[in-house]
Amino acid sequence: MTVAELAQGQQSVASRPVNFLRIFFIGGLMSYRALFTWLRPSVLIPTFLISPIFQILLFVYLGRAAHLASDSFFVIGDAIQFAALPCLFAMGNTIADERQAQTLSLVLATPAARLPLFLGRSLPVIANGFVVSVFALVVSAVMFHITVPLAAILPMGLAIVVCSVSCTGLGLVNAALGLRVRETAVTSNVILGLLMIFCGVNIPLAKLPGWMSATAAYLPLTHGIAAARSLAAGARPSTVAGQIGVEFLIGVIYASVGLLLLRVFENESRRRSTLDRT
Amino acid sequence: MSVLRVIVIGWLMHLKMLSRSWFNGVLGVIWPMFFSTSAFLMYGAGAPRRLATVAVGASMIGIWAAASTSGAGAMQHQRREGTLELLAAAPSPFSATLAPVTLAMSTVGLYSMVATVIWARLLFGIPLTVGQPAGFLGGVAVTVISVGMFGFLLSVSVVRFRSAWALGNVLEFPLWLICGFMIPLSLLPGWVRPISWILGPTWGVRAVHEAASGAVPWGAMGMALALSVVYGALGVWVSGRMLHSARANATLALS
Repeated sequence: MTVAELAQGQQSVASRPVNFLRIFFIGGLMSYRALFTWLRPSVLIPTFLISPIFQILLFVYLGRAAHLASDSFFVIGDAIQFAALPCLFAMGNTIADERQAQTLSLVLATPAARLPLFLGRSLPVIANGFVVSVFALVVSAVMFHITVPLAAILPMGLAIVVCSVSCTGLGLVNAALGLRVRETAVTSNVILGLLMIFCGVNIPLAKLPGWMSATAAYLPLTHGIAAARSLAAGARPSTVAGQIGVEFLIGVIYASVGLLLLRVFENESRRRSTLDRT
Repeated sequence: MSVLRVIVIGWLMHLKMLSRSWFNGVLGVIWPMFFSTSAFLMYGAGAPRRLATVAVGASMIGIWAAASTSGAGAMQHQRREGTLELLAAAPSPFSATLAPVTLAMSTVGLYSMVATVIWARLLFGIPLTVGQPAGFLGGVAVTVISVGMFGFLLSVSVVRFRSAWALGNVLEFPLWLICGFMIPLSLLPGWVRPISWILGPTWGVRAVHEAASGAVPWGAMGMALALSVVYGALGVWVSGRMLHSARANATLALS
């Protein structure tokens, strides 16, 4: 089957809405359950529930030692940053673990449309990111006696959901890189580390060098974390709606770039016969 | 003498293998630098006068980072590679074949330490001033040994736990926190300090800090070495028990 025939097949499948929805929802959920090898209590509990709390403790005490900001600054920043953990790693695994299971070529040989195929895989990941972030936020807020206005809870939840969406968009870019590099665990960790430094997670943007704070404006998390901090400080939801909107837009842009890169790298891998080699 | 040879040669071989690994060699250098960079930026913005002191501790977090996740999963790694049975069947003591793995991991952390010192100097202009060079090098060496032996004890203790790497991953931040790498122990709650005292890296870090400030660190170095011996002895005992249990129950390849 040629690439053109495959593309034709993909279009015909994409034209059927039921197939689209089936691949999006059922395919996405099956892929998430099968490929994300962290979905075991022995990995999930330490990695998603305990480790974030320790990182928050580390930065709260670092912040106290450095006399930099209040405890709530670090609790909110780090808790929301942890939404990126499943979003980056799970999306990276959608390629890397398919390759490891030797099913990547089978998946990419199907005529299924790529849009529901990869976007469907991101939906459970967004929910995962949200849960991890909320758990870390609630537990650490109790530990450090941090309170937020009752009216801010729902808008903060929305900010966390949007951050999960934007991080999953970046995760799609990471998944695409998985078609070119073998060690997606390395790329996921590096991206996570860069987000931690650049996005105002632990250092106020105003205290970062100018080029870093300028870069932060185009990265996921930056606007969502800022909105959540403002809400926790008592700001009205309408005043941060713009920031949450920008965060969502950034997520859409990254997701689009990720899908585009997936298509480009997939075609290149077919031409060079490097799908399973890299 | 043959046990010592097994340890030295094993350490060298594993060091070579780890140095060529993207996960252990490259990410092992980069990952701690995200945290040390955060610390530099935080102290630089809030308490710049303490920056030089923090740089010394921050440069050493890579030693523990290299040994925590990978050290906890060391046995699982051998099992996955199909070499665990060979190690268990070798005439050398099992602990003598395993301890070099975690010692090599903590040694790889030195790459991160050197990279962080250079990073701190070039990007943040933080000079590394060392009052007692011999004490400083000795302190770094005992930190590597104490982290390696603690990693050894950890790896044999969690051998029955299939996802041991995740457990090691969880321990990364707590030890950075309670061993005083970047935060003075006096800032932590009082009940944490006794836990810090029984951790060898606490004394290794203290030795390096003391040497950097010009004090003589022999006391802290002695404590770090003594605790390393305790970890080693415990590790030998635990590994013997675990190996016997795995052989008796025919679970060496399963657990």
